[in-house]
Amino acid sequence: MNRINRLFRQKEKNILSIYFTAGYPGLNDTMEIITCLDKAGVDMIEIGMPFSDPVADGPVIQGSSEKALKNGMTLSLLFNQLKEVRKRTDIPLLLMGYFNPIFKYGVEKVLETCNKTGIDGTIIPDLPVEEYTDQYEKLFTANGIINTFLITPQSSETRIRYLDSISKGFLYVVSTSATTGIKKSFESSHLEYFSKLNEMGLRSPRLTGFGISGKGTFDQACLYSEGAIIGSAFVRVLEDKGSLHENIRKFINTFR
Amino acid sequence: MNKTFISDSRGYYGQYGGAFIPEMLRENVESLRQVYYNIIGSEEFITEFKMLLGDYAGRPSPLFHARRLSEKYGAKIYLKREDLNHTGSHKINNTIGQILLAKKMGKTRIIAETGAGQHGVATATVCALMGLECVVYMGELDMARQEPNVKRMEMLGATVVPATCGNKTLKDATNEALRDWICNPEDTFYIIGSVVGPHPYPDLVSKFQSVISEELLTQLSAKEGTEDPDYIIACVGGGSNAAGIFYKYIDRKNVKLIGVEAAGKGVDTGETAATISVGEPGIIHGSKTLLMQNDDGQITEPYSISAGLDYPGVGPLHAWLADTGRCTYLNVTDKEALIAAYELTRLEGIIPALESAHAIAVLGKLELKPADIVVINISGRGDKDMQTYINAKGSLI
Ligand SMILES: Cc1ncc(COP(=O)(O)O)c(C=O)c1O
Repeated sequence: MNRINRLFRQKEKNILSIYFTAGYPGLNDTMEIITCLDKAGVDMIEIGMPFSDPVADGPVIQGSSEKALKNGMTLSLLFNQLKEVRKRTDIPLLLMGYFNPIFKYGVEKVLETCNKTGIDGTIIPDLPVEEYTDQYEKLFTANGIINTFLITPQSSETRIRYLDSISKGFLYVVSTSATTGIKKSFESSHLEYFSKLNEMGLRSPRLTGFGISGKGTFDQACLYSEGAIIGSAFVRVLEDKGSLHENIRKFINTFR
Repeated sequence: MNKTFISDSRGYYGQYGGAFIPEMLRENVESLRQVYYNIIGSEEFITEFKMLLGDYAGRPSPLFHARRLSEKYGAKIYLKREDLNHTGSHKINNTIGQILLAKKMGKTRIIAETGAGQHGVATATVCALMGLECVVYMGELDMARQEPNVKRMEMLGATVVPATCGNKTLKDATNEALRDWICNPEDTFYIIGSVVGPHPYPDLVSKFQSVISEELLTQLSAKEGTEDPDYIIACVGGGSNAAGIFYKYIDRKNVKLIGVEAAGKGVDTGETAATISVGEPGIIHGSKTLLMQNDDGQITEPYSISAGLDYPGVGPLHAWLADTGRCTYLNVTDKEALIAAYELTRLEGIIPALESAHAIAVLGKLELKPADIVVINISGRGDKDMQTYINAKGSLI
């Protein structure tokens, strides 16, 4: 069974998924960050593939992407760094990033390499669902890779039900109308949208992301979904002085 | 016969186009598509659009027989004078069309990206006309090199927000505009300035700009007794003025269509914006098209002296016209464009925009015959470029 499906079968509440940008802060930190996150007890990891023009991202992830590219990160280097990842951990792993580098590398080649490496899924914000179903779904399925769909506060009920029906993993609930970033708390309109989703009786599990900053917003999101995704707030921690290992451990512990 | 829409229902021109947008923008783009298809053919829309193009923008723009330029290049050369439109370029054709869509959709806040500032000015202008809030994103470098346009936008009541990432030019301004749209999906309409972006933008912008070729048909017919010139030449940044003047001629295969990109310092120097020459298929700003990128699929920074052409992508329509061979795309260096700007100014008393100067500079690269009729789109006037022209003078003359 795909590790993403396995996770949602084993755990129904308070799932913690962490995003980081590969190649940041140091070009070769990828494996260490994954190992530290695994040891710290997170449930899932999203490995960000940096892109030159990340239009869905706010300042923090724009910054980490720019630095990662300056450091020399590329998709082929990332696959190289991840070669041995399945000897170290069995945690669900997703690649997250924009479509152009994947398209350039070759969608089929990316999916085959994901399969060989032990990557379980992808999140590709600018690959529209219709392109995916028309052009690429078969390739994803053949390689056992789960693509993740986003739902947003603007998504209509019909759209949400459609995405739910074709989802093979989890639905990524974009918390607010915003690019990625950090929010202190959610307002009542956000909570209304979360609770509307919660009451729809969807078949797919949901993780809430965008704007989750700490235990407060994490707990709020977990009231209405199986768990939440933290990106910018985690990436910021990687800039801190001290050892990566200690910083990551401390940050993850704040969610306990 | 011209088809109603050149792209298919999903916004594809051959393999190029589509709508590669994050789900956050989907409802917005989808409702735009519906409103656009509903009103583009409606009597009410056409009447108001035509009225504003005439009484407000000053259309039709003249078709001028440039005698001294013709003499120099040994052909009969006409200039389509988009520089004489209100606000000084072809950009106003598109912003008038899009502001009517925005009003129809009940939007109250307008955003735009701009390179040379001509699209920003044209957007700020129609926002003032309609009493709508206007925010324009502009690369910090472009704000410096096109300063008069920044001042014009501000006087028109727009807020100009500097884009400070990347090369601080048009690509970066477009990224910021898209981010703004993601953050303000309810009240905001994004007026895109060229035939780029997700479907339906390339389609609707080329449709609004097609008034240029529609006029050309009758103007040329009156002057020459034929609707068809031998050549039509236009500069290509994203490609909207070219799309506009090519539009009605795409199926008239006897007319040679020539797009001119900015070579910058030369197509082989790495400092260029000639996307069709050096680009490869990929996705930029919501559209599958040709773009300048490295082996890893990262978008590379373009370079041109002309802020309006300094863009690493090109409209999907042009990628398709290049692939099929229907249009020929040439390119012109900074220096050749500057020389051409001075040449047109001294021969005809017309100071062109730096962008349009690229189209003129290609005259010397064609093998023209005396009987050839050539139409060049003068997409804009050169007021905004005076500082660049003055600085260059010493090294040119
Ligand atoms: C006068 C003028 N011409 C041409 C362009 C290039 O745009 P497009 O290729 O969309 O016509 C610009 C863009 O700013 C412009 O200001």
